[in-house]
Amino acid sequence: MSASHDHDHDHDHSELSETELRVRALETVLTEKGYVDPAALDLLIETYETKVGPRNGARVVARAWTDPAYRARLLADATAAIAEFGFTGRQGEHVVAVENTPRLHNMVVCTLCSCYPWPVLGLPPVWYKSAPYRSRAVKDPRGVLADFGVTLPDDVVIRVWDSTAEIRYLVLPQRPDGTADWSEERLADLVTRDSMIGTGLARSPQDPA
Amino acid sequence: MDGAHDMGGVAGFGPVEPERDEPVFHADWERRAFALTLAMGKPGGWTIDMSRFARENRPPADYLVMSYYQIWLAGLERLMAERDLVQPDEIAAGRALHPASPRPALSRDEVAPVLARGAPTTRPAQAPARFAPGDRVRARDLTTPAHTRLPAYVRGHVGVVDLMHGCHVFADASAAGAGEAPQWLYTVRFDARELWGDDTTAGAVSVDAWESYLEPLDGEGGRHK
Repeated sequence: MSASHDHDHDHDHSELSETELRVRALETVLTEKGYVDPAALDLLIETYETKVGPRNGARVVARAWTDPAYRARLLADATAAIAEFGFTGRQGEHVVAVENTPRLHNMVVCTLCSCYPWPVLGLPPVWYKSAPYRSRAVKDPRGVLADFGVTLPDDVVIRVWDSTAEIRYLVLPQRPDGTADWSEERLADLVTRDSMIGTGLARSPQDPA
Repeated sequence: MDGAHDMGGVAGFGPVEPERDEPVFHADWERRAFALTLAMGKPGGWTIDMSRFARENRPPADYLVMSYYQIWLAGLERLMAERDLVQPDEIAAGRALHPASPRPALSRDEVAPVLARGAPTTRPAQAPARFAPGDRVRARDLTTPAHTRLPAYVRGHVGVVDLMHGCHVFADASAAGAGEAPQWLYTVRFDARELWGDDTTAGAVSVDAWESYLEPLDGEGGRHK
């Protein structure tokens, strides 16, 4: 139970400690009743804090950029193509990859809750689950992109994918210019989480990490 | 249900605020609430659709002020109370007060295989698909106090079937405890102006819609009726 990431944000202190006490009480009751094994809880947390995250998706994207046959498999059946890396399962049972082009930009949202492709991106960031993103992505995606400091040319069409069932979407961003001789491993460093949601672009070689 | 969770197109929430170098969790209680929710899926036996309904089905004012993991926690408490697994007096006391039913916990060894397997929702087709890619369809104007995954902003609007995903467990039935009742699932693409008039910067917006959410346009039929 590391506390290394704990910080307060803007939450009210007393409310937060009330919730803290409640979660602790709940875990105690559930453990006493034999419904949960605290060691399993630790492993669940460790898995999503250290093993499953956007680095997985970055490897998938980098391979699609360098291997045309893999790109074709990814666009035809993303679930199977992603499973080639061993990334499978919970909240990624049915994945569709959508490809950005010079004329088309894809953005993914879940207006009803927080659906997100866990095996390739990990758990969603707070903003993805927030009311501002969920309300505005389907209507004003350029405004959302502006919040991320991204401006697209006027002739780019934006397609928004609302994840309302159990299909999860992964955006295949455009490969940055000036990377023709780059290896798959180096390219993966340019693939940001936001570029795979569609609220950002892949980094260019000149951008600081 | 027409609740505060159905946010597509709602005005006034302000800008999106990305957090630089955001941690996976922002407090230790979030870690535990997340893990408790995942782990309780096994002894609890509820479906993901029941979980979603337990989270969204609360007064709009409450939904909007609660943080994401507070909503998860409240949903978990409700699911457990409904099944007599844990009662509010036990959470208040911080210890078990009522007998436990024999429901095995998720063990540490099961975590990796359970996560890797997930819970695929595809099922064998019971009937031919009513629609095919390219068909124009209207999202039905459904309202229900129960769980549904047809967002309000597309109801009554005309779109085009873009993708077919096979037959999937029907969320509305699954949330209600009415079994899986699988239906064909489609991605339906709407021209953004059909949804919002000129007040949009999107080109197209799609939702994933089960077959019963959709109706053929008059005179165009459904090809396989």
